[in-house]
Amino acid sequence: MTTSAEPVDHQSSNRGPQWRAIWGAFSQNRAVPIAGSLLLVLILLVLFAPLLAPYDPYALGSGSRLGGHSFRNIMGADNLGRDVFSRLLWGGRVSIFVGFSAAFATTVLGLLVGTISGYLGGWVDDILMRFTETFMVIPRFFLALIIVAFFGASIWNIIFAISILTWPVTARIVRSEFLTLRTRQFVDAAHVIGTKRSTIIFREILPNAIGVVVVNASLLTAQAMLLEAGLSYLGLGDPSLVTWGRMLYEAQPFLRQAWWMAVYPGLGIFLSVLTLNLLGDGLNDVLNPRSSEIHRTGL
Amino acid sequence: MAGDYPLLRYSVRRILQAVPLIFWVVIINFTIIHLAPGDPAIYLASVTEATPEAYAELRKEFGLDKPLYVQMGIYLWKLLHLDLGYSTWHNSPVLGVILDRLPATMLLMATAFSIASLMGVVLGVIASRYSYSVGDHLATLASLAGYSMPIFWLGQLLILFFALYLDWLPSQGMYSMRGVEPGWPAVLDVLKHLLLPAITYATYHMTLVFRITRGKMQETLAQDFILTAKSKGLNERRVLYRHALRNALLPVVTVIGINFAYVMAGSVFTETVFGWPGMGRLIFESITARDYPMILGIFLVVSMMIVLANLITDILYAMIDPRVAYN
Repeated sequence: MTTSAEPVDHQSSNRGPQWRAIWGAFSQNRAVPIAGSLLLVLILLVLFAPLLAPYDPYALGSGSRLGGHSFRNIMGADNLGRDVFSRLLWGGRVSIFVGFSAAFATTVLGLLVGTISGYLGGWVDDILMRFTETFMVIPRFFLALIIVAFFGASIWNIIFAISILTWPVTARIVRSEFLTLRTRQFVDAAHVIGTKRSTIIFREILPNAIGVVVVNASLLTAQAMLLEAGLSYLGLGDPSLVTWGRMLYEAQPFLRQAWWMAVYPGLGIFLSVLTLNLLGDGLNDVLNPRSSEIHRTGL
Repeated sequence: MAGDYPLLRYSVRRILQAVPLIFWVVIINFTIIHLAPGDPAIYLASVTEATPEAYAELRKEFGLDKPLYVQMGIYLWKLLHLDLGYSTWHNSPVLGVILDRLPATMLLMATAFSIASLMGVVLGVIASRYSYSVGDHLATLASLAGYSMPIFWLGQLLILFFALYLDWLPSQGMYSMRGVEPGWPAVLDVLKHLLLPAITYATYHMTLVFRITRGKMQETLAQDFILTAKSKGLNERRVLYRHALRNALLPVVTVIGINFAYVMAGSVFTETVFGWPGMGRLIFESITARDYPMILGIFLVVSMMIVLANLITDILYAMIDPRVAYN
């Protein structure tokens, strides 16, 4: 869903090193710097939560129960008198951590399977692709829900459930990238001069596939955050930690009395996911100027 | 005989492909029951050793002292007889409870899809007509926003504004607590309750339909037959709707079938936010009540619905576009 593919400066890519071409494209793209700096601000805010949060996010009585906006609680207090602003900062920490960890685990798994499958081809590819297909047909969200409901709602179980169910998509993207790159002339050339197989994979093919992987990772982080929020909203979040999804779960019975309990954490999820999606789109324009459609899946 | 009935052959092949899928879901269920910490009896019928008689009976019924493959056989046999287990929480068979909740989910889904498809297609056509204009960019950005919004938060916002602040519409449930006269007043009552959840539910799919319509329309509008139609002097509206949209619509129709898994996930959140008494709300209640047989039962039913939806979509697609069956 790219609005416009920004033209890449092909001339400089012929003359100078590749990063110049990439930089040229970056400088023409508006989405990447905007989304990138927004993401940076978000990360800094939650990273410095211990310094920025005025109260302990778990401390009862930091404000009056269901108390509205005041100098003491700039975003109000929740049903147990906990400070919403402090919980928002600390909650973002966990939400964003889950997003990045799950995306990282998914990318590593997907890269591993996709690389083997795409580079080796043949029967190895057949078996691995059958295997990923069986994973892809299961309703992801419902299985994640069952895993967490039956095995316990710890944050690690949640990350595990998200990554074990999302890696097939990444694997297929990497595989198809390898399948096309494998037949290119520069790979043939590397073969001819007797380059080792591992060198061909890691030094020749992988750097060319990395653009697709980076775009995918950005979208994966967004998806993982939504998935975690969804599980937490259904009461399947880690009970010992505050996350944005859990805050929305706790806000539900108090919508009538305290709108601030729902509005702020939701805004946190929405802005982070939107930023990551924008970043993914922008990066796709810059790094893969030829592809117009990116792989996207919902919950 | 071979090439005579390509559509039939294709359909049969697709149905045969769907069978192992359902089997695969059953295996996952079975594996989870046995891998999850604690006694399988908890997950099969919410029965613990606390009630020794029921526990002993259950162990016998599911053959829990026999080897795993026998247990698997018993489990499969029960499923084949539509026995999805017994919910101690509801005090009735799992399948019955699920079927009771299904109509409410269907009503919500059908309403939401009608809104989503109609609005998505219309907006997509307009956006493709005015490609890369300010309006198009805004619509694209709005669709990205809709896509990035947790559906349950959108529901909460709509409740806060339309139900609690403006007090126009009810915020929870499907019927008013105070009895309404049967007949038209009752229908109107359900419609009032339906509006907010339907809009919430429709938003995500509208963004999806919008994006696909816009993309396909742009693709189609660039083709030669559109140029021909234009140069024949047909008016633009006719070219847009009769020539281009017809060809762009096919992928739009199938997108909902293909994305049915997300559709079902969306119903869980929408129904939970609005207390809509359907299957999605049931899963939330079952999680809270730790009604494990019910959760597994819903997973099975949902998986079957998804397989079925994909199957119907594929066969419909093959009927509309004969090239599919020949490949």
